[in-house]
This record gives sequence, C-alpha cells and structure tokens, in this order.
Amino acid sequence: MDETLAAKVIAEIAAVKKIPIERITVDSTFEELSMDSLDAMNLLFSLEEHFGVSIPDEAANSIKDVRSTVAGVERLLAEKSGAQG
Amino acid sequence: MVTGTGIVCALGLGAAECWGALREGQSGIRPIQSTDVSGLRFQNGAEVRGFRAEDYFESSRCDQMDRFAQFAVVAARQAVREAGFNLSPETHSIATPFGEACARIAVVTGTSMGGQTSLDRGFVAIYKEGRPRPHPFTIPLTMYNAGASQIAMDLGITGPAFTISTACASATHAIGQAFWMVRSGAVEAALCGGSEAPFSPGILRAWEAMRVVTPDVCRPFSRDRKGLTLGEGGAMLFLETAERAAARGAKVLGEVVGFGMSADAGHLTLPSVDGPVAAMRSALNDAGMAAVDVGYINAHGTGTLANDATETQSIRRLFGTHAEKLAISSTKSMHGHALGAAGAIEAFATLMALSEGILPPTVSYTEADPECNLDVVPNIARARPVEFALSNSFAFGGLNAVLALRRWEGN
Repeated sequence: MDETLAAKVIAEIAAVKKIPIERITVDSTFEELSMDSLDAMNLLFSLEEHFGVSIPDEAANSIKDVRSTVAGVERLLAEKSGAQG
Repeated sequence: MVTGTGIVCALGLGAAECWGALREGQSGIRPIQSTDVSGLRFQNGAEVRGFRAEDYFESSRCDQMDRFAQFAVVAARQAVREAGFNLSPETHSIATPFGEACARIAVVTGTSMGGQTSLDRGFVAIYKEGRPRPHPFTIPLTMYNAGASQIAMDLGITGPAFTISTACASATHAIGQAFWMVRSGAVEAALCGGSEAPFSPGILRAWEAMRVVTPDVCRPFSRDRKGLTLGEGGAMLFLETAERAAARGAKVLGEVVGFGMSADAGHLTLPSVDGPVAAMRSALNDAGMAAVDVGYINAHGTGTLANDATETQSIRRLFGTHAEKLAISSTKSMHGHALGAAGAIEAFATLMALSEGILPPTVSYTEADPECNLDVVPNIARARPVEFALSNSFAFGGLNAVLALRRWEGN
C-alpha cells in the first residue's frame, strides 16, 4: 500500500468527519469511525475532487473501510496514469 | 390553541426580541451583507443578523442543512420550549420531548424556495468552476421538505409531516392545514409555520429581473412605494387542542379560529380583488365570525404598487363601511418579505398584537395614497384591544390564504 496515499485519504476522512487524524488508521472501518452513508458519500466526493478521479457507483457501495478506500483510489490513479501514458 | 411560538427573522433571534422591535416600529431592513450585491439594482434586505448555525447544531449536522432548514428547526425548538416541553440541553438536538404522544403530533412547514441557495452554490460549481458535479448533499439540502424532516428528526416527532409550497402564502397554507388537522382530531397537536433563506446571488438576480424589489426600503401603502424588500427567517407555532392544553396546564397565547383559501385563476403575478375577498370570507365563515367582528388585519402588504392598491380594494369590498373602523398594518415594512416564512412571521405578529393589545405599525410610511386609503397604523404602534384579527397572504400564482385569529382570555 502507498503510505503517502493512505495518509492523504486519512486526512480527507478526518476533514469530512471532523475528527482528529490520530483516531484513524488504515485498519479503521467506517463503522468504527461512525461514518454513515451520507458521510461516505461526502468522502467519495472529496476524494474525487482531491485526486481528480471518478469513482463509479458500484465501487462506492462496496467501500466500507479505510484500506479498501485507499486501494480503490490507488487503482483509479493507476488507470488514470495508464490512460494518460 | 397556540401554546408556543418560535421566530428567527431580521428583527431578532427569538419571540421577545422580535415582538419588541415590532412594537417599537424598528425596521430590520439594512444593506445586504451575506452575499455579493454589486451591480444589483437593490442593495437592501431584511437579513437575519447574528445567527450562527454552530450555536445550535453540531458541525456535521450544520453541513446537512440549508439555512432555511436551520431556521425552521431553531424556530420549532423555541416554540416547543415555550409550550413547556424540555429539550435536552446536552445534545442540543434529537431531544424527543414528546414521549408516546410523538405519533399524534404533526409537522407542517411552508417554504417558497426551499434550499435553492444550496442549489445555486452547486450550479456555480458546475457551470462556473467547471467541476464535474455539485456537493453530494445538494439534493437533501435543497429539498423543500427539509424543514419538516429536520424538525421531525430533531424533536422526535413521528406523526404526519409534510411541506406546502405556495410561494408567499406557503406558511399561511401550512398553518391552516395544521389547524384543520388539529381541529378535526386527526392529530392532537402540530408544529407549523414556514422558513426561507433566499439570499444567494442567483436568487437575488432572479428577483431583480422581476422588477418588484424596491431600490429603497419597502414602504407598504405609502404613495411613494417602489416594491418589496426581500427578507429571510423562520417562524413556528405549536398548536394543540384546548383539552390537551388544559390537561397539560399549558399557557395559551392565542387561538387560530379559522382558515380560508382561494385561487385567483387569473394572472400569473398580478393580484386580483376577488380572490383575496373569497379567501378572507372563507376564513371568517370557517371561524363562524362576521366581518364586523374583525378589528385588525395583518395585511399581505408587500409594498408593490399592485398589491397594496388591490388589497385595499379587496378589504373595502368585503368589509364595506366597517373597513373605516379596521386597523391594517404591514409588518413586512420591518421584517421584510420573507416569502414562504412571511405568513408565519405575520401570524406571530398578529397573535402578539391580540394578546398585548398593541397593533404593530406600518413603518417607513411617508405619504398617503388615495388608492390605499385605509387606516394602516402609520409608523407608530397603537394601543388598541382587539379580539379578532385576520392575517393575509397572497401568493404569486394567485393562491390566497387567510388565517383568522382570536385573543385568548382564559389563562
């Protein structure tokens, strides 16, 4: 896992959920962070803006924790750079 | 019976402050500060000052509510507190004060434009900033029922809850429906009223384009009037049956005794004489009142050339010679035209006028207009005990709603 990317995703979660960064690790689940569906929707929007990617609806429904979120963003960024390359 | 009132408007952040301003004839119309008005033909508005959402809501909840919904909830909380229910001071929200009765209480809210300031912000993101999509909360922020939904969530009310949108008559239609639901026994109590927050660049320009907003301040019934002044805010009433109020030992503030409505079925924006006459007559009939019983009318009184002259004709036609004895005022001269909240703010003003025996004035009045030749209580409030009053709301689209209210003397 890209640690820098993970840190950026965690920072986005902290901003969206308005909680301290220290409370979030790559192993945190959305449930543990008390993130409901609106919070998750808000997070995906922030990630799309921050990373310039488009997260499809199917992926949005399956993301339930920090690790899978980071992995998803990593994959989208790779696809983006591949498409550009 | 009205046992609680809540109000947030340009005159203040609560009932005492707002009534104080109404009684003193103080206007809340000032230069608009919350949004960019450069290049607009008007610069004045009746904005709510000193309202900080974070004083009332957790930060994450602030993000989930447009300003119009925040006003609705804050006014609803005030009304419920005044009605004698305890809200949880710790959480400052989700208070569920009603226990088992929560399913027998209704929430009926009015709004003309809902959360369109949030939609406006979203459109700026798309069309101006070139972003692919607006914030994902745009839909739940914008929806017209957000006020009713947020009140229900906040106070744990699980009974019938819905929103009425009839432009400038929205809150009056909402209070009227709630009144009928309580009177019919469909519910035991209801929170009802309206809220509005229309100060965004796009919405202000849409109003400018209609050429009904004054570049000055609104001067209802005055010969030199040039149009309305937009306002914002929210007001809610807690209505309950006389039996329920008595059983709780609640203090009654006044009574809604009748409701009438009509459609002009005429011009899209020009008012008619007949439509308002029909609505006022219907409210009197619903209350079992005669025209001569009425002592005060809180007029729709927008300050446009067309409304004020036509409303005068309507009142003269319905009341005949009794029109000479009526006191009529437009409190919009102080709290501005808060559109879908206006009817609730004015119902509050009317209830207070009845209970205090003081009729709020039409301020900024400079010159008599032969076309508006009624006693409009110019500039200074008048001490006059009145038992029955009407509160008029006439919407663009020709939809008219009128409440009949009565002073309560039983406490």
